[in-house]
Amino acid sequence: MTTPSILSVRALTKSYGELEVLKGIDLDITPGEVIAIIGPSGSGKSTFIRCLNMMEVPTSGSFKFRGSHVLPEFKDKAGTLGAGTLRRKVGMCFQHFNLFPHLTVLDNVTKGPRVVLKESQVEAEAHARALLAKVGLADKENYYPSKLSGGQKQRVAIARSLAMRPDVMLFDEVTSALDPELVSEVLQVVRDLAEGGMTMVLVTHEMAFAADVADRVIFIDNGVIAEQGPPQEVMHSPQSERLQQFLQRFHA
Amino acid sequence: MYNWDFYTVFQSFDLFWHGLLTTFLYTIGSIGFGIVIGLVTAFARLSKWRLLRGAARTYQEVFRCTPLLVQIMWAYYALPMLLGISIPNWIAGLATLSLYVGSFYGEIFRGGINAIDKGQREAAMAVGMSGGQAMRHIIMPQAVKKMLPAFINQSVIQVKNTSLLYAISIAELTYMTYIVNSETYRPLESYSIAAIMYFAMLFPLTQFADYFERRMRRSD
Repeated sequence: MTTPSILSVRALTKSYGELEVLKGIDLDITPGEVIAIIGPSGSGKSTFIRCLNMMEVPTSGSFKFRGSHVLPEFKDKAGTLGAGTLRRKVGMCFQHFNLFPHLTVLDNVTKGPRVVLKESQVEAEAHARALLAKVGLADKENYYPSKLSGGQKQRVAIARSLAMRPDVMLFDEVTSALDPELVSEVLQVVRDLAEGGMTMVLVTHEMAFAADVADRVIFIDNGVIAEQGPPQEVMHSPQSERLQQFLQRFHA
Repeated sequence: MYNWDFYTVFQSFDLFWHGLLTTFLYTIGSIGFGIVIGLVTAFARLSKWRLLRGAARTYQEVFRCTPLLVQIMWAYYALPMLLGISIPNWIAGLATLSLYVGSFYGEIFRGGINAIDKGQREAAMAVGMSGGQAMRHIIMPQAVKKMLPAFINQSVIQVKNTSLLYAISIAELTYMTYIVNSETYRPLESYSIAAIMYFAMLFPLTQFADYFERRMRRSD
């Protein structure tokens, strides 16, 4: 008996008008699994990860969270899961952080739990402070985002997602907009999460990091999963010519 | 040398005072209704329904592209002929002023909302907020700051626009000044007092707008 998957995707496609970006993707993610998605730009990897919390609505295919069908409407309907409920359980961090500039660091983290989960201020703030300590920003809770470095902003954004107590975390190129010297502090937080058992999907260009932290690496090319497997296999003995070419550019 | 005589004119001070209060009430009333109309228009124009967008757009263009004086006259003299009922001048005046300023507010509000990066909405949705919650807790608080200078500017213009109500005999400041002048034959004094009263009302407002804009620039 295999472990039931937490997210399950079958024949998922996404088109923008005539342009078919995702051409049928199947994927099962088991609890605690860390999946790194790699691939050339324009391959559809960002679109795919955004489908996993219904930020993009798939054109066709099925999408289940813990066995329940997920629908694009915000509210749940009989036997199905709405996008609103899904997003409480599946957190997402973005390339450009998207912190709320009008709120302090602490309020950035507490806003979701306060508004969506109706947590009390005391409860939300206690949890937020614990999370800020975890990402190494306990002393910055009263700062506004404009006063933080890129790496600090991304760590606040991670704390903000974790405040919802998600079951899955999605990271969409979270280090791509950072200065090189700030990348490692963010990757360290992601690594800690992986070691803590968080289920994660990350789209990344950090090949060494992907190889190190992921249980499975997925190579998306031209809207399909072209190759997947344990990092050692995928990274060190790529089968397809496309993946060989792609990896070569990073080793060069 | 002109012989200034404020004394005669000041004997009609209660008329000026009444005019000033009336101007103030029409300003507050039309700005209040205008904000509601502007919000509805802005959200209609941002809606995904084409018909709603089109209706809001049409309303805005009609009111933005015709002179306010013509609108006031039309509402008071022409519309009753179409409807077959008479409309009291205060209703025609207040409604026209509100619809007029609402069409401009709509554009100001829409611009402020559009100026907020779409990543803000996405981040709010990503923690499970509904569209309405994202608007209320994340987008609007930021958009209001961006809107405020243009909003104050339009409101200053609105105070002055109430003077056009003199055309349908509403006893606001300009109309009352006209009355005082026709009784005293002292146009220089009468209209100078009116100008000073308008100025005293609006100068603090424009100063506040400037101050606010400077503060905003510093916090960016």
